[in-house]
Amino acid sequence: MVIQNNFVLSHCGAFAAHKTRKSMLLTILSGFLASILLIPFGRYLRFERGGFMALLPALLFLYLLSYIPVIGRGEVPFEHYEWVPSLAVNLDFKMDGLSLLFSLLITGIGTLIFLYAGSYMKGQAYADRFYGFLYLFMASMLGLVLSDNILLIFIFWELTSISSFFLIGFNNTDPASRKSALTALAVTGLGGFFLLTGMILMGNIAGTNSISKLTELAAAIRADNLYPLILSLVVAGAFTKSAQFPFHFWLPGAMKAPTPVSAYLHSATMVKAGVFLLARLSPVLGDTTAWSYTLMTAGGVTMLYAAVHSLLRTDLKGILAYSTISALGVLTFLIGLGTPEALTAAVTFTVVHALYKASLFLTTGIIDHETGTRDISGLSGLRKVLLPVFFAGILSALSSAGMPLLFGFVSKDLIYEATLHAEGQFAVFFTSIMVLTNLCLVAAGFMAGIRPFTGALPPEYSGLHLPHWQMWVPPLLLAICGLFFGVLPAIAGGSIVSPAVNAMTPEETEVHLKVWHGFNTVLALSVATLAAGTGLYFLNKPGIRKLRFAERFENLSPAAFSGRITAGFTRFSSWYTNIMHNGFLRSYILKIIIFAEILLAWELLGGGPVYINFDRLSSAGIYEIVNILILILAVVLTVTTSSRLTAVVAMSVVGYGICLMFVYYSAPDLAMTQFTIDTLTVVLFVFVLFNLPPFLNVANKKIMTRDAVVALAFGSILSITALKALQEPTETTVSKFYSDFAYTLAKGKNVVNVILVDFRGFDTMFEIVVLSIAALGVYSLIKLKLRPSEKE
Amino acid sequence: MELLLIFLIGILYAAGIYLMLRRSMVRLLLGIMLLGNGCNLLIFLLGNITKGKPPVIAEHAKTFTDIYADPVPQALILTAIVISFGLTSFAIVLLKRVYLLVNTDDLDGLNTPEEEDL
Amino acid sequence: MKSTILQAASRYLLPILLLFSIFLLLRGHYYPGGGFVGGLVASIAFVLHSFAHGTDNTMKILRYKPLSLIPAGLGIAALSMFLPVLFGQPVMTGLWINQPLPVIGMVGTALFFDLGVYLVVVGVVLTILFTISLNTH
Repeated sequence: MVIQNNFVLSHCGAFAAHKTRKSMLLTILSGFLASILLIPFGRYLRFERGGFMALLPALLFLYLLSYIPVIGRGEVPFEHYEWVPSLAVNLDFKMDGLSLLFSLLITGIGTLIFLYAGSYMKGQAYADRFYGFLYLFMASMLGLVLSDNILLIFIFWELTSISSFFLIGFNNTDPASRKSALTALAVTGLGGFFLLTGMILMGNIAGTNSISKLTELAAAIRADNLYPLILSLVVAGAFTKSAQFPFHFWLPGAMKAPTPVSAYLHSATMVKAGVFLLARLSPVLGDTTAWSYTLMTAGGVTMLYAAVHSLLRTDLKGILAYSTISALGVLTFLIGLGTPEALTAAVTFTVVHALYKASLFLTTGIIDHETGTRDISGLSGLRKVLLPVFFAGILSALSSAGMPLLFGFVSKDLIYEATLHAEGQFAVFFTSIMVLTNLCLVAAGFMAGIRPFTGALPPEYSGLHLPHWQMWVPPLLLAICGLFFGVLPAIAGGSIVSPAVNAMTPEETEVHLKVWHGFNTVLALSVATLAAGTGLYFLNKPGIRKLRFAERFENLSPAAFSGRITAGFTRFSSWYTNIMHNGFLRSYILKIIIFAEILLAWELLGGGPVYINFDRLSSAGIYEIVNILILILAVVLTVTTSSRLTAVVAMSVVGYGICLMFVYYSAPDLAMTQFTIDTLTVVLFVFVLFNLPPFLNVANKKIMTRDAVVALAFGSILSITALKALQEPTETTVSKFYSDFAYTLAKGKNVVNVILVDFRGFDTMFEIVVLSIAALGVYSLIKLKLRPSEKE
Repeated sequence: MELLLIFLIGILYAAGIYLMLRRSMVRLLLGIMLLGNGCNLLIFLLGNITKGKPPVIAEHAKTFTDIYADPVPQALILTAIVISFGLTSFAIVLLKRVYLLVNTDDLDGLNTPEEEDL
Repeated sequence: MKSTILQAASRYLLPILLLFSIFLLLRGHYYPGGGFVGGLVASIAFVLHSFAHGTDNTMKILRYKPLSLIPAGLGIAALSMFLPVLFGQPVMTGLWINQPLPVIGMVGTALFFDLGVYLVVVGVVLTILFTISLNTH
């Protein structure tokens, strides 16, 4: 491996080279290694308390924290290892602000998730697999955010899809779980395919797969004719992963996964991979009208659609799933908007959302784990038994609502600022849909984080106890983080948000996150959103009636549409299987023969006229003509006779006749071999003939005629092809070589034998090996004793 | 002569395929053998047939002085003939074995289509 | 199937055919013949004998199980392939004794290779036919 000390000229200006180290590669590999080790050795570990699994992400998190000052100095550590240089697929890793932000989220939240899972998955069979897949996911996700090579990004991208598939389908005895896993894999896999195509096109235009270099060539890519195609392919890939409308439907299904997985993959990290990709590529593909319109339309539709949907759900995880989709829509929208303010808002909101949404998922998991239900209509008053969980829930819900002094407030401010400062007449429109979305999200957040804890405690839950600390500390910690950054946003702003924004924008942007902006429109909007959202929360009584109402439109939804496509494919494949793979040997043969006929006939028709060059043909003597007549008669007899004995005898006549042909036409070796083999074959048939079944004479005129037509057609086509081939000059280089050197090199005069034992001796060696295998096969077939059960 | 041989080859192929399309296992085997013979002849023919000049170097010569039949197709066919014997014998024994099991010459007797899977 | 004429004839035919098959094997490098044909003729000789005297008697004449001829043949062929390596030459280089031996003629690795083919063919054919004939009656 070549480790280069690269000077990366980034768009933010020249950075000093980082000292050579392999740390990023090791960071990624450690997760893969842990995952691989868990497969063979995991079963020997005791997962009574799997919390020790959190050790690796915790170490990685602490290590990654050490990058903050490095990034803060404006350095961009870069690592380069050659992998498949011929395809320009190299292990290029780059740590810039955006990568750092995401890798901290992945490892930080990962630590808490692993800790939580240690208790949540207690007593689960196959916990080793669970942790293995979770490590696989974490490592792939780290690889994805650290890659500086588009094809490498694709590889890690697909790995996250695959690990997500296994985790969604973890309860593999549940058919619904399996179906959801398949849907998720199908949608994200399709997106991955789009993405790969787009990436390859992009790489071809620029002549490089390195993102740093692509950024320098951004103008050329945007000016290229293929730009719209590339854009739509890459965007389609990102949208499937980040569950943007109309690809959003896999995400609610993915909630079949164990709750830690939903919290980790399907809200905090993996679904943000699409957003990350858009952010990563926005310096390359962004800043065009097409880019902005596509992202803002999709993001806008998604955020509003999903926000409204989240209000109609009664399942806690369903509410969270739809509000996650809505949040992803907000992020896509902001990246599409593309102004430095919008990007700042997007980056901040990414962190904010990850914190509160993971926390809400984890509290939901605790509720589910303790009460056995996630139906919001049956849950209330749980604060009396699960007090710390209640704190986590309410803090997160308030952060999601944008309550002042919580981190959510900061991000909401930034979002409104960004939409208000959008160009021209759009500002009002953007702001109003953003307010509408947020309004619903406030209510949804309250429904998930507050409703289960308020009100009177049903008597059946009065005996509940607080779960193990491994379960309630992680959500509380996440919620407290939200509070901490809410009070002191400048810490997050300076260390993480600012470098991340700068990694996306061409010009240096100073980011100062503040709690207090003074009395202005933004503040008014924030307060109005909070008030109206709270009002909506009290007005909105989710219940079975509303859910039914929403389900009435199910037939028009993308999910139903994709379901119809899947059903169509299933019908098609079972039809195809019935036609092509019906288990009847002759039907397979028939299809192969007909296909070969079509191919040969096509070639004959397209290849010019067939003519007979009589000069090249030899004359026929009377012996040969008689011999051929006998042969034809014997063949016809073999086919038509209804007696086995006659067929075998006629068959051997064919063999002897061919033997005579070899005699006439200068092939003594062949004649002798054919003669002896033919004799032995007859002997063989005689030995077993009486043990062979009598001919089954099923006469169906129609089928016989069909087969005869097919067979005769093949015979004729083959004859014509042979005739045509005869007109071509024969290639004699090889045989001339053998003939010329048979004596001088191999000291033999019978050239056929010299070829067999000398020139092509290897072939002969393998031939006798094959013969030996046939003999052994016969021997063992006969000696094999049938078990009584097989004898019927 | 070539025309006659081509005709014969066509017949052999057609007969072989027709027999392979039958339901009887023995006929299937006979069909494969006919097809093999046709194939051998086809290779032989395409190597340009020559009368009375086997590819054997004369007594006191070191190379060919006269025209001679092409040795390469002959070597190929010789191999094919021997191998086809191995194939035929294995097939016959297999057939016998199957017959002992299912007691029929009917290839369809081997089918147990799993309808419930479709 | 046990006719007296066939029994009497096969008693003499067996050595003659075997001799003929060896003749075919030895001259194979110069005239039509060789390991394949020789082996097939030899097997026919034994098959004929088994027709006349029964497979059990033929097996007695053979002394060894025909199955054991297969590894022997494969071994000889492989040995003749790799023998040149001992002399520092590539695999399958033809090695020849300079002076022709009486009766046999030129002797070289190719002849041993052909002998291996001969033994394998005899072994294969007899294994197949004899196992079938011994197990069907």
